[in-house]
Amino acid sequence: MNESLLRRAEEALLPPIVALLIALILGDVLILLFGESPLHVYGRMIEGAWGNPYGFAQVLYKTTTLTFAGLGIALALRAGLFNIGAEGQLAAGAFGAAVMGITLPAGTPALLAVPLCLLAAAAAGLLAGGLPGVLKTKFGAHEVIVTIMLNFVILALLNWVIVEHLRVADTLHTAEIRAGAVPRLSEFIPAFHGSATNVTFLFAMAAAAWCWWYLFRTPGGYALRATGLQPEAAEYSGIRVGRVWMKAMALAGVLAALGGTNFVLGYKHYYEDGFTGGSGFLAIAVAIVGRNHPFGVVLAAFFFATLSQGGLAIHALVPKQMVEVLQGVVILAMAASVPEVQRALRGARKAVAA
Amino acid sequence: MNPFDFITQTLRIAVPYLFAASGGLVAERAGIVSLTLEGFMLSGAFTATLGSYYSGSPVIGVLAGAAGGLAFGLLHGIATVRFRADHVVSGIAVNLFVIGLTQVILMLLFDSSSNSPRVEGFQAGLSGFGDPLVWMGLASVPLVAFLLYKTPFGLRVQAAGEHPEAAASVGINVRFIRYVSVAISGVLAGLGGVYLALDQHQFTNNMTAGRGFIAIAAVIFGRWDPWRAGAACLLFAAAETLQIQLQGVGGIPSQFIQIIPYALTIVALAGLVGRAVAPAALGRAEE
Repeated sequence: MNESLLRRAEEALLPPIVALLIALILGDVLILLFGESPLHVYGRMIEGAWGNPYGFAQVLYKTTTLTFAGLGIALALRAGLFNIGAEGQLAAGAFGAAVMGITLPAGTPALLAVPLCLLAAAAAGLLAGGLPGVLKTKFGAHEVIVTIMLNFVILALLNWVIVEHLRVADTLHTAEIRAGAVPRLSEFIPAFHGSATNVTFLFAMAAAAWCWWYLFRTPGGYALRATGLQPEAAEYSGIRVGRVWMKAMALAGVLAALGGTNFVLGYKHYYEDGFTGGSGFLAIAVAIVGRNHPFGVVLAAFFFATLSQGGLAIHALVPKQMVEVLQGVVILAMAASVPEVQRALRGARKAVAA
Repeated sequence: MNPFDFITQTLRIAVPYLFAASGGLVAERAGIVSLTLEGFMLSGAFTATLGSYYSGSPVIGVLAGAAGGLAFGLLHGIATVRFRADHVVSGIAVNLFVIGLTQVILMLLFDSSSNSPRVEGFQAGLSGFGDPLVWMGLASVPLVAFLLYKTPFGLRVQAAGEHPEAAASVGINVRFIRYVSVAISGVLAGLGGVYLALDQHQFTNNMTAGRGFIAIAAVIFGRWDPWRAGAACLLFAAAETLQIQLQGVGGIPSQFIQIIPYALTIVALAGLVGRAVAPAALGRAEE
């Protein structure tokens, strides 16, 4: 392995490892406070997530949503933009897919209905993600604040549409879609029986591969990364930074929105108010721990999905909210250790070179 | 509707916003991004409940709440100033951390996943103005305006947020100023949470319910000026009061009133109603 690759690997992998260690130690303290043995609790967690086919399939289901939303955030971050709007984008995408699925006549062949539903989700995401991009480029409105505020606006508007117009009486969800449902993975792997994991998982993996190809193998991806590293320099080299920003945000919205189809097309077959439950915010952690690399995002999504599925298995011993505490610690430790680790590594290298 | 009731209810709803927005304003003017207000408020509400529960005195509750806000303010400060963590990421982590931690401790101490037992609050009286926290909340705006515009410390805060390098070159300790500012924001936002908890005589899960984000919306809509941010808080609170009082009468759906603060903030940032310009070094570590 050559030296620069080793150096890059060190800088990429050390912060997540440091962050996980810190979270592990704090987790020990919390578990001890509840009078349980950390080894026993962590064991149950792993057992619940990976120890049986159903748990593992549920991890894959959660990985799917987090991968899509995490990819959207990572792609925007590569362009130097912080997309906090994944929560609203997920909901918008799910809603778009549900409306299309309800509108299509029953019996529409899946080969036509599924792409149409995905397209509807993507269109909703294009709007939800594109608007902050346009406001940023044309008016200089900071995307962090706009996307946060837009989350509240989108969720409130969707709540209104559901409550006032589209819900099935006495519920907070729409009618079931008539076309566009995708099969569960249990149809191909019987051991996954009972789990919600579905074909959308394969779409998510394909999306990750596409993101990698786009970012690192196309001129568009090059312009996007250049913009993120040094917008002024990118502008001088002929890249139209404003356009890149708009495109990156629109793409981020589309990716996150497709994550919403995991719930609508693959699991419940309807849109339900509040189904996102914070996945869009957890996806920020996914992007950061995955170091904004598409494959890193997949791994991080799998990790956070494991935590959340494992959290269910330990609820009898310690409150499952412990997982939220650990997530917060991982993000904080990660954010704090990235600049610190880089400085320490550089200091150490200088010392070696001297 | 009775105009007197309307005004008193608006002021009471505005109290947590005024506290949190005043606090967030100080931190933001010093260059620290304050997406943490939600977490500060929630931690203040939680520790205030604990303080009042174990001492039986709401005054101790207030002090404990301020301390809770302070602790998480300093955590955000250490992450962003000492470790140069991204301010947005640290903010999200702090919020997530507080939501989880309050629930875990609630479970640990009271064996409940939703709320604390009833605790002692202040004698608020019919209009609610017997509660000293209402007056403190109303006073926080002029206090922060005075601090920011009329004291040497305030000038240093502004320098740290606008041009930290220039500030450092004339001998201002930018890191220290930022620590103090983020600590002030923690305490003030924490007090906003204290008001909520003691007013309802208990802590319930996630009881701040997005109020910290309304406060940050007020700061931006108020263009980072304490008076204008205070006015924005009153405006948002008035809209909420209107929604509560009109309930059942029909007319505008409540969701449309809910989105007013958020939509106005987006409009303000886009420069359609006077340009909102952030402090120049907001979110940037000093070199």
